[in-house]
Amino acid sequence: MAAAATCGSVAASTGSAVATASKNNVTSFQRRGRRASGTNDSGPRLVSITGTRPSVRNGQLLVSTGLPALDQLLGGGLAVGTVLLIEEDKYNIYSPLLFKYFLAEGIVNGHTLLVASAKEDPANILQELPAPLLDDKCKKEFDEDVYNHKTPESNIKMKIAWRYQLLPKMEQIGPVSSSRFGHYYDASKRMPQELIEASNWHGFFLPEKISSTLKVEPCSLTPGYTKLLQFIQNIIYEEGFDGSNPQKKQRNILRIGIQNLGSPLWGDDICCAENGGNSHSLTKFLYVLRGLLRTSLSACIITMPTHLIQNKAIIARVTTLSDIVVGLESFIGSERETNPLYKDYHGLIHIRQIPRLNNLICDESDVKDLAFKLKRKLFTIECITKLRSYDLRSQIYFLSRHLQRKFSIKKNPYFKEPHTLKKIY
Amino acid sequence: MARRPGTGYLGVVVRRGSTRGLDWRLGPAESGLLGHLAYSQRLTVRSRTERNWLGPSPSWAPQADLFSPRSSHSGGKLTLLCDAKTDGSFLVHHFLSFYLKANCKVCFVALIQSFSHYSIVGQKLGVSLTMARERGQLVFLEGLKSAVDVVFQAQKEPHPLQFLREANAGNLKPLFEFVREALKPIDSGEARWTYPVLLVDDLSVLLSLGMGAVAVLDFIHYCRATVCWELKGNMVVLVHDSGDAEDEENDILLNGLSHQSHLILRAEGLATGFCRDVHGQLRILWRRPSQPTVHRDQSFTYQYKIQDKSVSFFAKGMSPAVL
Repeated sequence: MAAAATCGSVAASTGSAVATASKNNVTSFQRRGRRASGTNDSGPRLVSITGTRPSVRNGQLLVSTGLPALDQLLGGGLAVGTVLLIEEDKYNIYSPLLFKYFLAEGIVNGHTLLVASAKEDPANILQELPAPLLDDKCKKEFDEDVYNHKTPESNIKMKIAWRYQLLPKMEQIGPVSSSRFGHYYDASKRMPQELIEASNWHGFFLPEKISSTLKVEPCSLTPGYTKLLQFIQNIIYEEGFDGSNPQKKQRNILRIGIQNLGSPLWGDDICCAENGGNSHSLTKFLYVLRGLLRTSLSACIITMPTHLIQNKAIIARVTTLSDIVVGLESFIGSERETNPLYKDYHGLIHIRQIPRLNNLICDESDVKDLAFKLKRKLFTIECITKLRSYDLRSQIYFLSRHLQRKFSIKKNPYFKEPHTLKKIY
Repeated sequence: MARRPGTGYLGVVVRRGSTRGLDWRLGPAESGLLGHLAYSQRLTVRSRTERNWLGPSPSWAPQADLFSPRSSHSGGKLTLLCDAKTDGSFLVHHFLSFYLKANCKVCFVALIQSFSHYSIVGQKLGVSLTMARERGQLVFLEGLKSAVDVVFQAQKEPHPLQFLREANAGNLKPLFEFVREALKPIDSGEARWTYPVLLVDDLSVLLSLGMGAVAVLDFIHYCRATVCWELKGNMVVLVHDSGDAEDEENDILLNGLSHQSHLILRAEGLATGFCRDVHGQLRILWRRPSQPTVHRDQSFTYQYKIQDKSVSFFAKGMSPAVL
């Protein structure tokens, strides 16, 4: 495919290779949504921004969500200009973790952050970010974790349990260097203070902003949403993320994080009443936010308590207006907590929607039943389906009694157990 | 059902040995999305002539009149695209590229994605949206960008998305004015474009933005009166089917449009869930809303798999992965 070919060429050298290729194939590396570089440019300047990589499918610029396993399931990462919507779990225990991983990834890569919350002060949220795992320090502790992990090595060809080789491989846990795309974080430690102070971040705390006299455009959104939209638009415009400001040539990504959007703390009543007066507020907000993101170098994560929304139609509309939707379902308090199938895990993770950007198809992963667990330090996502095959080849055969006698294998206990045959005889 | 000589009855592509024929203009760019139905023995093709028909049009016979720009067609048609539990945007991309290749004047109201998204996919399907826009063939309303402009800055002249600034549910008159202005025939006398087409990507978004179902139905009614009746053009709209999400407004909109439309293309996910080789099922329903239902409405069902630059269709259960 042309996109893949130019992908390889850019990895080797930016500049002339891309410029010549771009004459014939303008599509592959247009950073979608960037107003400054239109599709009529003489050559797309592929500037490499830290923490981003082009997607192999269509050259889309991707950023990491902070969890390499989730990146893999989403087809490489979160595309710049899109929204990742996380449907919170029931007691809001694990979704703040994903939120913090996203922000921590931004700090490690040097991206600008915009944190918006109605519940917690953004400064406090940033203090609680998990620390990144660095190269040498924790390598010893990880070796023992990896050893306990039953991941088969890829170069050993399996002879008997050959079906396990066909299982999709989840991420290999290991130490990290800062030039990698996705990083691992230690949930038990805090991000060092100097990293937070060195980063550029903006906070939006609703109780503070709601009383200030910012000029509000007339709109039918709730005032909290209107103020937040204006705040985001100000930051994007002033720091030059949308390329419209000729003085500011921004070559960085803006990571926006909005916590608990749609909850009553934002002034919205969709979680309280079924047909409230503001039933279109949230969807309008998401639409305008989508418009802002598509024309700027930013990526957004939103956590939303969808289990509280009374009107199911709104959830469907919100899903349509977001790009990636991931749902978390924790086992706490539910009957699944005692289910032996789920005993190793803390909850299920559902990838409800993946966008088709610049393409007719999307990279949907085949694995649908995924579960997550929060170990002492790490948050991992695994597939829980045990290998179960109804194919003739892996049926279990017993050797019948008369054959046992004939071949006098009564004494050999090996043949009394069921075994898996490798092929049809 | 009116049948034109030279086209198959069911419109299924019959691959024969010879490729001779005046209508055979197959090239890699020509074989568009829906012009590539897989051969299936179950579907009997009672074709009158030997002519093969593999072209950029969706090759179902009764609509060959409709989709082929060379033939004269009386009055425009409204095509309703509907998707349930899956993404039906591949149909929008197909129709956009199809009408642009057929040299029609297209007004595209794109509310859900940006211009570059459509242009990149259009390039895969063989049309260049930027060039079409430059030469005046395509009038593109980019909903996302316009919404940002409308919400953050006060506009002097009426904007098509003016309703975003209003507190209570208004009407879509400015949007209709925009469409009418875009598709009105220019008085220069030369007929550069065959007939006008209005494409709306995602009417359900208008419901999310605060419009009532009745306002949206009014808008479609006005557009039909202008585009289909007055200008003899076509209309293609996409609506999501919310299924069991109990979205009453959406159901009203969908039912209202289903009764008005001539052709309904319904992309559904498979009832059994996700499948890597079959992405969904497409139900095609022809209707004659203006005439009394003497004939029963024709309906077909195909399963499809979307590939990088095309979509392959096959009969139910005849996926190449299964056979």
